[in-house]
Amino acid sequence: MIRIVVTPDPIDTAAELEAVEGAGAGAVASFTGLVRADAEEEGGGVGVLELEHYPGATEAALTTLAEEAISRWQLTAATVIHRVGPMHPGERIVLVATAAPHRAAALDACAYLIDRLKTDAPFWKRETRAGQARWVEAKDTDDAAAARWGQGEEVRSVE
Amino acid sequence: MRVLYFAWVREVIGTGEEQVDPPAAVTTVAALIDWLATRDPAHAEAFRDRARLRAAVDQAFVPLDAGIAGAKEVAIFPPVTGG
Repeated sequence: MIRIVVTPDPIDTAAELEAVEGAGAGAVASFTGLVRADAEEEGGGVGVLELEHYPGATEAALTTLAEEAISRWQLTAATVIHRVGPMHPGERIVLVATAAPHRAAALDACAYLIDRLKTDAPFWKRETRAGQARWVEAKDTDDAAAARWGQGEEVRSVE
Repeated sequence: MRVLYFAWVREVIGTGEEQVDPPAAVTTVAALIDWLATRDPAHAEAFRDRARLRAAVDQAFVPLDAGIAGAKEVAIFPPVTGG
């Protein structure tokens, strides 16, 4: 079961996780990303974070990643919900949830999905601090995190 | 051909979408960017640093040297920052 949603609406984590649990697996793993309020060197904390995306291409990219994860880890479910539009510190930006027979596959697949989402899905963040808007720069560490999963590598499995 | 722009590329150019008809010699995304940059100062400014640009052809991510033969839609944007 694949569920991909790109939405301006708040993410209902409880309802989404319940649906993934309904896939009948022994293990469910999830990652929730929240808007950080971290005060940087100057200008104060984030007031508003806006997420722009590429309609159509975004959903296609997320579906491809979910299909890859399902086939690599034999998942019974993969859910990716990503919010777009304006949001505020503490609100949920993204939810990834995976279901598999055992924990290692569910946890690894969940990490894979969020790592690859950061480099392979067309979203852009613009944050406003103290009234000043700026586009967030991509991080080299995100490329490194995505690259660690390689391509079509064998996966260690611990039951 | 439909060309889409996102994030600061869209803001610098001043539009998110345009229809263009590049000459036959324009066969790659990089050549399309070069050609668009000659059209007006806003495109030239947005495309000044090619290392900061990424692209998609018909909604699939591609390197800038990818071909655009037969493409209906090319998107040009900064490195992505979702999640």
